[in-house]
Amino acid sequence: MIGGAQGSGVDTSANIFAKAAAQGGLHVFGKREYYSNIKGEHSYFQVRLSKKIVRSHVDTIDLLATFDDETAVRHAWEVRKDGGIIYDPTVGGNNIDDIHTIEAPVRARLYSELDSQHLPHSVEGVLEVARRKGVHIYPMPYMDVLKKVGEQFGESSLSSLTRMINVMAVAASFALTDYPQDQVNEALRKQFKSKPKVVEINIAAVTAAYDYMRDKYNGGFGHKLAPIPMAEKRIFVRGSSTVGIAKILSGCRLQTYYPITPASDESEYLEAHEIIDLDGALSNEAQAMKGSIAVVQTEDEIAAITMAIGGALTGVRASTSTSGPGFSLMAEGIGWAGINEVPLVVTLYQRGGPSTGLPTRHEQGDLRFALHSGHGDIPRVVLASGDLEEAFYDVTRAFNYAEKYQLPVIHIVDKAMANSDQTYKMFDPNLIKIERGLMISGTIPENESDHGEFHRFKETPSGISPRPVIGTQGGIYWNTGDEHDEKGHISEDPTNRVMMMDKRMRKLDVASKEIPAEEKFHFFGPKDAPITIVSWGSTKGAILDAMESLKEDGIIVNFLQLRLIAPFPVDEVKEILSRAKKVVDIEMNFSAQLGGVIRENTCFPLDQYVVKYNGRSMSQEEIYDAVRHIADGSAPKRVVLTNGA
Amino acid sequence: MALKLTDLKSDVHNDWCPGCGDFGIISAVQMAMAEMNLDPNKTAVVSGIGCSGKTPHYLRTYGVHTLHGRSLPFATGVKLANPNLEVIDCGGDGDGLGIGAGHFVNSGRRNVDMAYILYDNGVYGLTKGQASPTLKLGVKVKSLPLPNINSAINPTMLALAAGYTFVARGYAYDVRHLKELIKKAIQHKGFAFLSVLQPCPTYNDILTKEYWGGEGLLDAAGKQMPRTYKLEAQGYDGVVKSEDEMEKEEKIKLAVMKSFEFGDHTPIGVFYQNEHVPTYEERLTQRMPTYKTSPPAEQKIARDDGTPLANISKLLDELSVN
Ligand SMILES: Cc1ncc(C[n+]2csc(CCOP(=O)(O)OP(=O)(O)O)c2C)c(N)n1
Ligand code: SF4
Ligand SMILES: [Mg+2]
Repeated sequence: MIGGAQGSGVDTSANIFAKAAAQGGLHVFGKREYYSNIKGEHSYFQVRLSKKIVRSHVDTIDLLATFDDETAVRHAWEVRKDGGIIYDPTVGGNNIDDIHTIEAPVRARLYSELDSQHLPHSVEGVLEVARRKGVHIYPMPYMDVLKKVGEQFGESSLSSLTRMINVMAVAASFALTDYPQDQVNEALRKQFKSKPKVVEINIAAVTAAYDYMRDKYNGGFGHKLAPIPMAEKRIFVRGSSTVGIAKILSGCRLQTYYPITPASDESEYLEAHEIIDLDGALSNEAQAMKGSIAVVQTEDEIAAITMAIGGALTGVRASTSTSGPGFSLMAEGIGWAGINEVPLVVTLYQRGGPSTGLPTRHEQGDLRFALHSGHGDIPRVVLASGDLEEAFYDVTRAFNYAEKYQLPVIHIVDKAMANSDQTYKMFDPNLIKIERGLMISGTIPENESDHGEFHRFKETPSGISPRPVIGTQGGIYWNTGDEHDEKGHISEDPTNRVMMMDKRMRKLDVASKEIPAEEKFHFFGPKDAPITIVSWGSTKGAILDAMESLKEDGIIVNFLQLRLIAPFPVDEVKEILSRAKKVVDIEMNFSAQLGGVIRENTCFPLDQYVVKYNGRSMSQEEIYDAVRHIADGSAPKRVVLTNGA
Repeated sequence: MALKLTDLKSDVHNDWCPGCGDFGIISAVQMAMAEMNLDPNKTAVVSGIGCSGKTPHYLRTYGVHTLHGRSLPFATGVKLANPNLEVIDCGGDGDGLGIGAGHFVNSGRRNVDMAYILYDNGVYGLTKGQASPTLKLGVKVKSLPLPNINSAINPTMLALAAGYTFVARGYAYDVRHLKELIKKAIQHKGFAFLSVLQPCPTYNDILTKEYWGGEGLLDAAGKQMPRTYKLEAQGYDGVVKSEDEMEKEEKIKLAVMKSFEFGDHTPIGVFYQNEHVPTYEERLTQRMPTYKTSPPAEQKIARDDGTPLANISKLLDELSVN
């Protein structure tokens, strides 16, 4: 773990650390925690490395790299026996009293711990607690070492040197683990590609840090890291860019948004990549032509959704991305898209609610709202990805469902995914298939229209009607949020109403039949395990990781990860639950929202719940512990998890 | 083939109250479209919610009757996705200046090339005559239990402040004049705002057809004087003719001054026009050169077998670790 004040380069250094490890063939999972603040508040980045796939974080830290007092004071407690803490001895004497960004309750907890061990309220006091536990403490006088590097380069500006402290912390960490320095150098070269001077001086700083650590603490640290060969092509991705890249690939050419954490990173990524390469194999014309995606920052989320809908009426694949507060504003627009059968994709990055809630923290609290946002009944698809790889492929599915079934699709991801990084096997664009449904453009033959007017909402057995885009010759029709007839004119006729309602809702039956099982849910583990976990979204990673450690300890569980929440795969879930022995619902919200949805759709009672709503994603150990207690019968019906800083 | 007025009329029964100013507006829209020979297949009329919101259903073009207050972002989405379409937005004064005020202001910043016709009747017609944002403080139209407690917005000034590049006002019963204004608004390069004084005989018994016609306002000779006058007839010229910022400022000031005139001497016509401000489409084209020739709605995104046309290998390479 590395931490520091927001704006001090924690993100960059963690990225360099993670990339240097990923380059060496290690699997990496990284998670970022930060306040709703721009500069000054504490943020930290946790990186987990392994020879095998890792998908979640753990609560205990092997190595804590700090360069400020606050990180040491807050996180030293989490370091395991035999772990290590790198710290700057010049902050050792700092008093906790003087660290103003520590909130009162955190401060009170720190003091009571220190008092119970008769230690001073200082960095040294906290480090002493760790020392007593068996943690190795590694002082690293960053500025002393850096000044020597500065002399070498004729760089004496303190602020320039200070900027390299975080890279030094990375280097010091790797040095302790004996990880080869050339991997770190390589990561630096990639990070600062366009600035050879910066690379050079940073590499010198890394070298100095390596030398210092080897010199002082040679071989003292028990955890070693070494590169391993990589058989596959691999990428290291972050949530926001993953969804963005997938939108480009899926043909999304209009994205609207209003800034909100953690959703807007995706739109900004798209804006930065608004010119799109087309496949050269198609024709010379395509090579010369570039595609483009128009990204529009609107005045609010109401404008964002309605603008995307307006675009979709002309045939473009349109989407908007938001999180809770913005999605609340979009509710009326969702209904309009539903009654007018407009293909629309809303990417919903869940964060801690209600209201502004925990703006930069994690929660899966919007499932119910995604299912029910807007008044009245409309058909909709709600799809929840469990990790970034799923999200990549799900984006295309979301657009395909939207166009095939002509309805709004809410694609749920979350803050944990948006702000986590993970190594994956290279995504494969060849697996992507674009399906546009019954869209019509160009010209409609005269005999297929009513004197140039079109029965856009024609009743059909599937409920799906051919859809001319605005601008189609001979396809004139009307849209209205009022109930309407087949041409789209307002109608309050009760018979028409029933016909139209049935037509629209029928599309869900078709979707249910057509969508393959693997897009609806994933099932992991042996069929006949004594415990069945049900969950959804990004808890997937921690559950899978916990399942592995549970198995090592002889506790066998299987796991139903629900992905398509609407239309709900009733029969499939019933079938799985009917053979389950004990069903445990695990999710990141107060009311166990998925549990309720399952009960409502299947009438199956769930046996136990594991919930968490403190804004910090679930760790592997938390799930491990909870399931172990459930297995031995010592857990209450509802387990509330609380780990995380 | 020249368009006939009947080509532009849908066969839907029109349920506006007899004598409603909306009839004048829709006639002017149809006449303008016919004279401009706008292809109904390439035209979208977008509206909000209200009596005014029903306009698209009575026209034979693509019609998009949206949500209360949201017609502007809907229309913007249509236009930006396919700039080859003609987009005309029709909305009520409550729709555009009350619930949709945020969109009204921000549309000025974008300057998307489309026309917005605001039906200014001083009331919320479809919800039975509550005060709209253009009704003056203290006025009690017949549907109000008590005089209006809010001050009125000056839509012309608001539009100017928000950066609209075409600001005009028409009168629903001067259909010929209104038609010309609508044509100008559609032809204008950029976002055109045309508010229309629209008598609502059912709920607004103050700003009536008779009122605008000059009832009770007599000239020296004892002749009834209409309360509207035409800006152009007075030699007023609100058109900015160069990129000079000073000229723009002068013309805006002139228009703001004019916007205070209301009541016995109410100007109609073009207050301000400036085609030297780049449209949103032009701004997008600057960033994405193929935007106009290959707009979002017309881009091919997949081959016939469904394989995507976008090549993302560069984007994936940026993330690759080996
Ligand atoms: C979100 C929402 N709130 C309220 C309404 C109810 N409503 C329907 S029409 C209307 C007012 C219409 O007034 P205006 O926009 O001036 O149009 P007019 O009827 O006068 O043409 C209102 C408030 C609605 N449809 N939607
Ligand atoms: S209520 Fe007023 S605005 Fe509405 S249709 Fe009747 S006269 Fe026209
Ligand atoms: Mg009105």
